Amino acid sequence: MPEIAKDEALAAVADGVTEATPDFANWSCPLPLVGYPTIVMGHGGGGKLGSELVEHLFLPAFRNPQLENLGDAAVLDLPSGRVAMSTDSFVVQPLFFPGGSIGELAVNGTVNDLAVSGATPRFLSASFILEEGFPLAKLAAIVEAMGVAARAAGVQIVTGDTKVVERGHGDGCYINTAGVGVLREGLSVGPHRAQAGDAILVSGTIGDHGMAIMSVREGLEFESQIRSDCAALNGMIAAVLDAAGADVHAMRDPTRGGLASTLNEIAQSSAVGIAIDERRMPVRTEVQSACELLGLDPVYVANEGKAVFFVAPNAADQVLATLKAHPLGREAAIIGQVTAEHKGMVVARTQMGANRVIAMQIGEQLPRIC
Amino acid sequence: MKYLTEFRNGEIAQRMAREIATVATKPWKIMEVCGGQTHSIIKNGIDQMLPAGIEMIHGPGCPVCVTPLELIDKALAIAAQPGVIFCSFGDMLRVPGTDADLFQVKAAGGDVRVVYSPLDAVDLAAKNPDKQVVFFGVGFETTAPANAMSVHIARRRGLKNFSLLVSHVLVPPAIAAILESPGNKVQAFLLAGHVNSVMGYWEYPPVAEKYKIPLVVTGFEPLDLLDGIRRAVLQLEAGKHEVENAYERIVTYDGNQPAQKLLAEVFEVTDRAWRGIGVIPRSGWRLSKTYREFDAEERFQITGIHTVESALCRAGDVLRGAIKPAECAAFGKECTPRHPLGATMVSSEGACAAYYNYGRFLSADELATAGSGLTHA
Repeated sequence: MPEIAKDEALAAVADGVTEATPDFANWSCPLPLVGYPTIVMGHGGGGKLGSELVEHLFLPAFRNPQLENLGDAAVLDLPSGRVAMSTDSFVVQPLFFPGGSIGELAVNGTVNDLAVSGATPRFLSASFILEEGFPLAKLAAIVEAMGVAARAAGVQIVTGDTKVVERGHGDGCYINTAGVGVLREGLSVGPHRAQAGDAILVSGTIGDHGMAIMSVREGLEFESQIRSDCAALNGMIAAVLDAAGADVHAMRDPTRGGLASTLNEIAQSSAVGIAIDERRMPVRTEVQSACELLGLDPVYVANEGKAVFFVAPNAADQVLATLKAHPLGREAAIIGQVTAEHKGMVVARTQMGANRVIAMQIGEQLPRIC
Repeated sequence: MKYLTEFRNGEIAQRMAREIATVATKPWKIMEVCGGQTHSIIKNGIDQMLPAGIEMIHGPGCPVCVTPLELIDKALAIAAQPGVIFCSFGDMLRVPGTDADLFQVKAAGGDVRVVYSPLDAVDLAAKNPDKQVVFFGVGFETTAPANAMSVHIARRRGLKNFSLLVSHVLVPPAIAAILESPGNKVQAFLLAGHVNSVMGYWEYPPVAEKYKIPLVVTGFEPLDLLDGIRRAVLQLEAGKHEVENAYERIVTYDGNQPAQKLLAEVFEVTDRAWRGIGVIPRSGWRLSKTYREFDAEERFQITGIHTVESALCRAGDVLRGAIKPAECAAFGKECTPRHPLGATMVSSEGACAAYYNYGRFLSADELATAGSGLTHA
């Protein structure tokens, strides 16, 4: 983003503040909304209601010194060196699903994006876009889940914002998080660094998150035991980097678009071919069965707590052992390798021993008719 | 039944493929009727396992692919109307009409919803009495019973706001049309097992007799398909032309009688246009007189539809088995799953999309080396 001179920005804001603009500093909602069980427009108005949300909901859930200053910006102490930054928006429906909620997703999603970039995640921001009428009890549950997830991941939510949109203009609750992390020294990890010969590992079963969501989507509900794998991966990734940091060439968390998209992205970024063996791909039986019913392919289904590693062949066994020793990596497997052939393409050996190409998917995976 | 493992055993599959190679002394061309079978063949690479002389030709059994453009344009027009909730199976949303698809109608404010069962659409109608709920009922005999049940229940519940935009197609007339088309190359058929689970296979002996062609009722798992192919080859080699059931765990000769009774009550046979193929006489079902009031085409009187098919698209030739998808000049160039010119590139059951998605545009050499470096587990 181009840098805008601070004075210019301030001037632009000042231009907007004309005689028609209310005095936000002393503004409070004309109606006695305090104690309402749902979000009302006033919660985003910058007045008393908004402050109450911060004081009674966000602060207790996220509690940390930077946030408690309640300044316009958090002031952070970071070590010198390189910093990674990432942002992600969360619009999942339903907001609560087996194994998690939009709250855990919002924290873990950004934490994982930083972690797979080789950074140690430190600080997050959290912005909420809430729909008028959204139950405060649900918001409280989401915010609480975010606090728990942040503590589990060892990150602090240090700044935030809340906006309210009119009823019908949002889907209950959207969350954006951004995060900064400190890059580890001595790493050369990147999506363009996979090399022919690299072993490809996945940290566990694929497709759990997407199928957990599908199982509770309106109109598609089916009974199942499938739970989202939503989890912060920074601890597991740190263990891998401690064990074999220099031999790890690329990492990615295969979220939307699933493992297939991740492998295709790496194949293209690194200009290499990827060969995987479907028989080695860990997939839960219930996920496989649900996919069969709905006509989906687990390789395209989203994950929220898995990582894919591209590592030098001599380090493959060590990385596998490290993963298996971590609670989130017990079902890790070596699923294939990078090849100099068929550059930019992912090819899978099927259960039958034949080959098929795993292409990038177009848009959302659609259920088949029969 | 452990269909995820028992019917996907790679070793048994290899053994069956070798057996087919042993019994086949001549080249044979076999058509699998159903799009689900095409998908399974390509996804599992079964075509690669067969001996060189055995060629699988992919049939017209993808319901999304053969639904006529005019009906899709009608669906788009109905879905765009205010006060309508338009329900469909997911696959239909991306099928291109003349100017748009259902996704675009949805983005423009149309209330288009994906459902997994037409009965969900009936429930939607009961819950939304001020809306007209339309279900896009396409498909072969497999999906017909559920669609029939939806209008049956709607009628019983006295729902005046539910209707069916219906375009059902039937397998036996399609087989006859393919066999009678000039230049036909198909020498045996794998029948669509799930169609037969509903209809049985009592309709087929006259077809086998008339055209002197082997017909094998076949399932969808890799071993089911290999068994169907094996039996077809055995018949061809022996000069036989019988109807054979290789899907006995699901299909009986008589089929599902209560379903057939309901179908006979709700539907009547009609001529149908098949996209890419043209009108096949008595090849489909429409709502019978008793149920005509639930026909969305009657209820919504959409007129002024002028359809324009892509001049480049050769979906019709693909559906008839006259060419392989990659032999179409537009394949993978102007026409991709992202920008499909014809319906066969849309549905994952469509032959073109299956070829594209699973890389069947690669040369045999490319595919052979593609999995190199992996040891066999």
